[in-house]
Amino acid sequence: MLIKELSAIPGVSGDETRIRNFIREKLAARGLKNYTDALGNLYVSKEGRGKGEDPGLMLCAHMDEVGLMVSSIEKSGHLRFYKVGGVYEPALISKPVKIGPDDVYGVIGAKAIHLQKAEERKKALGPENLYIDIGAKNKDDAEKAVKIGDYVSFYSEASCYKNLVRGKALDNRAGCAALLEILQRDFPCSFTAVFTVQEEVGIRGARVAAYRVNPRMALVLETTIAADTPGIKEYEQSTVLGDGPAFTVKDDSVIAHPRLLERLIQVAEKQQRPYQFRRYGGSFTDAGAVTTSRGGVAAGVISTPCRYIHSPLSMLNQKDWHHLVEIVDGFIRSIDEKGLEV
Amino acid sequence: MKELIQKLCASFGPAGREGQIRAVIAAEIEKLKEEYFVDTLGNLVVRKGPAGGKKILVAAHMDEIGLMVTYIEENGYLRFTNLGGIMQQTLPGTRVFFENGTVGVIGQEKNKETREPGLSKYYLDIGAENRETALAKVKIGDAAVYLAPLHQEGKRLTAKSLDNRVGCAVLLETLSRLSAATLPGEVFFVFTVQEEVGLRGAQTIAYRTKPHYGLAVDVTRVGDTPEPEFKTNVSLGKGPTVKVMDSAVICHPKVTNLMMDVAEKNNIPYQPEVLERGGTDAGAIHLSRDGIPTGALSIPCRYIHTPAEMVDLDDVENGIALLQELLKCEQW
Repeated sequence: MLIKELSAIPGVSGDETRIRNFIREKLAARGLKNYTDALGNLYVSKEGRGKGEDPGLMLCAHMDEVGLMVSSIEKSGHLRFYKVGGVYEPALISKPVKIGPDDVYGVIGAKAIHLQKAEERKKALGPENLYIDIGAKNKDDAEKAVKIGDYVSFYSEASCYKNLVRGKALDNRAGCAALLEILQRDFPCSFTAVFTVQEEVGIRGARVAAYRVNPRMALVLETTIAADTPGIKEYEQSTVLGDGPAFTVKDDSVIAHPRLLERLIQVAEKQQRPYQFRRYGGSFTDAGAVTTSRGGVAAGVISTPCRYIHSPLSMLNQKDWHHLVEIVDGFIRSIDEKGLEV
Repeated sequence: MKELIQKLCASFGPAGREGQIRAVIAAEIEKLKEEYFVDTLGNLVVRKGPAGGKKILVAAHMDEIGLMVTYIEENGYLRFTNLGGIMQQTLPGTRVFFENGTVGVIGQEKNKETREPGLSKYYLDIGAENRETALAKVKIGDAAVYLAPLHQEGKRLTAKSLDNRVGCAVLLETLSRLSAATLPGEVFFVFTVQEEVGLRGAQTIAYRTKPHYGLAVDVTRVGDTPEPEFKTNVSLGKGPTVKVMDSAVICHPKVTNLMMDVAEKNNIPYQPEVLERGGTDAGAIHLSRDGIPTGALSIPCRYIHTPAEMVDLDDVENGIALLQELLKCEQW
């Protein structure tokens, strides 16, 4: 299963080589030519089967994930770390990780609970109280295995149960899987697909990708917060697992182009597929960088709802993902048929 | 002047939903027999003056802060997110209206702990008994703005969205008073979109028009109220300001010096402005392409981002005079 495969591969922001190579292999297997730019974005110019005009459509999904980076090595051989992207700190303790290009195995440790004072036990532990333990005897020993600047990714086995998929980095490997699925199909019109880098550290890849592609309109394939969990009121849940893919009306980086959003709704209605609106108006997506590129681009976002994103283990519903793929498919075809005035 | 500002302030136009205010401005421009175009994000652009010389981009944002519906409850109440810098203290009891005219009242959940509990603790009541009746009037993604008509007290005007409809009025009035023959170069008068959510319209129109100089026309904070939140000498009624710096731009000295020289030469009162928190379109314009020397002219304004912003008509008139003389000046 594609999402599961993509989930397992390390690809923390700025260190996307392995996930990019994996996607390239999948593209090559389908005979799709691709190229990369200086930051590491991966581009596919998908040729249409029809003779119509090129609508200037770009689809993109970021392939990077949140993670950590080794910042220093203690005399004892324990590693200190920085966060890369918006990692949920309380989820870090006692988690397995892979470090550097050789996948050195480590565990995130903290002072034993037995030794913690009463006040200490009440506080959530952050990078200042945590370290990565690779079983090194001392600094010299640790330096044989890792170095400062090595990337650290979560090590969580991906698994499926009924419609649920569990794994690390589902934000946004689910989007990458959807884009790969779309690229395997034939469409009457041409479009450009981009697997972007460094979204989690400030939507950087998408900024240069949009400049290069110079599209008229763009649809971002994302994975977004589902908070349909205990203690959260309906209107604060952002999205609900199993209620269909989510359309963004507005986040901190973009206001979805009204006509593009309308079209997504029309397509979903016509296909009689479930969809929902993202109820949370915050956080950033690649669409923010794309919409302000050059003279302006009409942009929108469609997401697979996902619980526990930005932590070592997240969870989504494959049905939502499947509906997302079909709505994106229908969106591309509707652009070919009717165009989109932007 | 008051009538124009009143018309602009009454119009609906939150960030990302500027269709109605754009149509109102377009109608004013048609009256002036000027031509315009609208770009992808919705910026409205009027070009005036002879091509070939220095190009100047003058930007006033036409969007205003607002609310956007994110969820409709079973009982008909609406939940919302912010479009721009909404101040929570001003919300309870405030009325808002939607593009289709639907009016709602903002309510607040029980709360004793904090003055700013977060937008999720507020809701919008449009008089609907349930989700179905609410959906007949409003859908998710629809936006609303404050319902707060303009009122005049002496030389002072209060209304919603004087930030930055007063800037739009300054541009429109300057356009009508300037004849193309008096302009040394090409001027792009731009009514920008999505300023309140991150200077987005200005960013794309600066790229597209590729000007030699940039100038934002917006409102700025004042320090002439009891125990003001910001330490600034800017006061209402003492003239437009020449921006020196804000959080998004350090204005180019060539532009600020030129503005001050022109003001002094023409006996137009002005105030230097250093704004510690806040930004304007100048922030986006000066970083476009390989950099654009940019300045900003501001109209002092009290109670910014509340339903009752306040400006002084003399400042508006002097702002128009300064912009007019500045654009006619040969020293760019």
